[in-house]
Amino acid sequence: MADAALPAADYLALVRRKRLYGAILLVLFIVLMASGFQVADGRNAGSFANGITHVFDFPKEILSEALRDWRNLPGFVVKFFPSLIETLNIAAVATLIGGVLAAVLAVFSTRGLALWPRAIPVFRRAMDVMRAMPEIVVALVLIFLLGGGPVPAMIAIIVHTSGALGKLFSEVAENADLKPVEGLASTGAGWLQRIWFGVGPQVAPNWSSYALLRFEINIRASAILGFVGSGGIGYDLKTALQWGQGKYDQVVAIFLLLFLTIVLVDTFSDKARARLVRGRVTP
Amino acid sequence: MSTLSQPARLIVEMELARGFGRRRLRMIALLLALAGYLAYVFAAFDIAGVASRMRPENAQTLLGDFWSHKTHVTLDRRKEGLEVAIEGEAKGRYAPNAFPDWVHTGAQTVVDLPDGAQIIYTETGAWVDYPGFGRITVTRDGRRIDLALPAGAQMPDWISASRTRVNITGSWWRFSLTPARTETFRYAPGWELFFFTLDSPYHGKGLGDLAALALWEPRLEPARSNFAGMVEDIWTNKMWRHGDVVWALGETVLMAFLGTMGAGLVAFPLAFLAASNFAPGRLIRLALRRMFDFFRGVDGLIWMVILSRAFGPGPLTGALAIFMTDTGTFGKTFSEALENIDAKQVEGIASTGANGAQRARFGVVPQVAPVILSQLLYYLESNTRSATVIGALVGGGIGLLLTQAIITQKDWEEVSWYIVLIIAMVMAMDSLSGWLRRRFIKG
Repeated sequence: MADAALPAADYLALVRRKRLYGAILLVLFIVLMASGFQVADGRNAGSFANGITHVFDFPKEILSEALRDWRNLPGFVVKFFPSLIETLNIAAVATLIGGVLAAVLAVFSTRGLALWPRAIPVFRRAMDVMRAMPEIVVALVLIFLLGGGPVPAMIAIIVHTSGALGKLFSEVAENADLKPVEGLASTGAGWLQRIWFGVGPQVAPNWSSYALLRFEINIRASAILGFVGSGGIGYDLKTALQWGQGKYDQVVAIFLLLFLTIVLVDTFSDKARARLVRGRVTP
Repeated sequence: MSTLSQPARLIVEMELARGFGRRRLRMIALLLALAGYLAYVFAAFDIAGVASRMRPENAQTLLGDFWSHKTHVTLDRRKEGLEVAIEGEAKGRYAPNAFPDWVHTGAQTVVDLPDGAQIIYTETGAWVDYPGFGRITVTRDGRRIDLALPAGAQMPDWISASRTRVNITGSWWRFSLTPARTETFRYAPGWELFFFTLDSPYHGKGLGDLAALALWEPRLEPARSNFAGMVEDIWTNKMWRHGDVVWALGETVLMAFLGTMGAGLVAFPLAFLAASNFAPGRLIRLALRRMFDFFRGVDGLIWMVILSRAFGPGPLTGALAIFMTDTGTFGKTFSEALENIDAKQVEGIASTGANGAQRARFGVVPQVAPVILSQLLYYLESNTRSATVIGALVGGGIGLLLTQAIITQKDWEEVSWYIVLIIAMVMAMDSLSGWLRRRFIKG
């Protein structure tokens, strides 16, 4: 009996220790949250308690103005549509070019596929740095060098996208079956042919799915970069806000356009991604 | 193949060839469409015009500032005395009795330059002794400026002169004379005053001296110990504001932490109500789903605009903006995770007579915890980077410092320092979240 009791005691002690650790972690988390909130509240211009009572002031103001001048809205939607297209174009081109760069980086940094296996860490670190680079940093520096417009935003998003997608692409490529590659090698295929025909078909669905997800993220980034001076709908929003009272119908029109675009693209890309990853049912 | 008759084999081969042909055609069509789209966008973005609008001189300042600094030696006719200041800033001004050793004051001011050139500030202007060229005399006559080259010399391309301004460029220095001021800029590699500003007693000391001072040498100032003095002088460095920068980095991480974790805390209980296998009613479920979609669909940019109006600039506003969009995202992904759990585990717990809370705690949470935790950590990491951008817009954290430094278009060495710090911060959060994921979510 004594022998049987020992593991039970061990188990209970283990459970107790686990609970203790859990409790310590929980307390630590609560303390961090509470003190973090205190600090953030203290360093903010307006306090949380004061601001929370005014949260709806601005939406109320712009909505009442938009309701009063609702006849203007369709006109503004048409007026701002070209900027929306510009924002979308920035995101789309950046996703395309970034995706191609990411594919190259991913192949060069995946074991078993890399052309120069020794250079794998170099490409990995390069991707880490590109991924860590917030778009606004690159965009602001490029605005200084190239002037305003969509190009700085595009390049900024490309830099981040190639790093972020490159990592995901490389994770997918690592799980690819290398047998087709070996088979191709036995027929005398070159490196590019091995990658294109051996790995390409295996990774294409997941890579496209990640790229679509990135496109959603990049639309938001592109809108934000417009706000700091590189064209598109974000820039229009900034000017409309600067006009202030009396022009809030424009703000509402831009909000509407942005909201609808994001919901539309999200829905479409959700469906497309589900189809890509699960695959079509072939009869 | 060998079992097929000759005609049948031909047909199969033709079919195969046609299949390949069709696929190739589709590939070519896709590539052409992409090329067409890119051509349209590049035309719309006016890529060709970008080259003409490019400002290479800006690139030069930027690159120069990234790894060097300049010291201004200025004689302003409207002010008393000579001024020697790093980057021409009041924060970097040398005391009049402690000029650097390459500035000689006496009857005349003489500035020694790295390539052997010498500039002598005279009553009426300046002499520039350019090595291998001779003495250039610049004289000021009222509002007019005259330039005299050594006898027989041609005007070199490193001098640009007009009636009201003379600029001379050497290697590692530049000289400019206008009716109002005579100024020499001497460049040197490195970032100036990074640790101690000129007013600190520890300025200009080597690493060994500093270590000796910190460890055993007597106090330089009676009021504080040497080590405390060094730390304090670095922390309050007026040029680089290291203390403020550390606070700003902290604010940025704080924004990401509060926003992500707050969103997780709110979204978790709501996700139960929005998951089809737990929802008490279809209506609540659909309403919550739509609400999550709404919070996600309202772009972070819109939340930032609305929240800044109510809460003013600062880290709290940024945290709330992250909180808003992520509540929508987490609500969606958490409820999907809840819908994908294995019902058998919950039934097993129920068979022991467990109540609702116990079923959730021991039947559901262990199944979804890894998914939820890894989601939270992933978003914490990605929000650290977003918080830089959000901070730039709502006015808080390192993003604000960065935009301020870029907008003044002057302190590019600070910009590069901030960029280094931001990348280090994001990469540190990246490894921290990776470590936590491996530690807590095995397999």
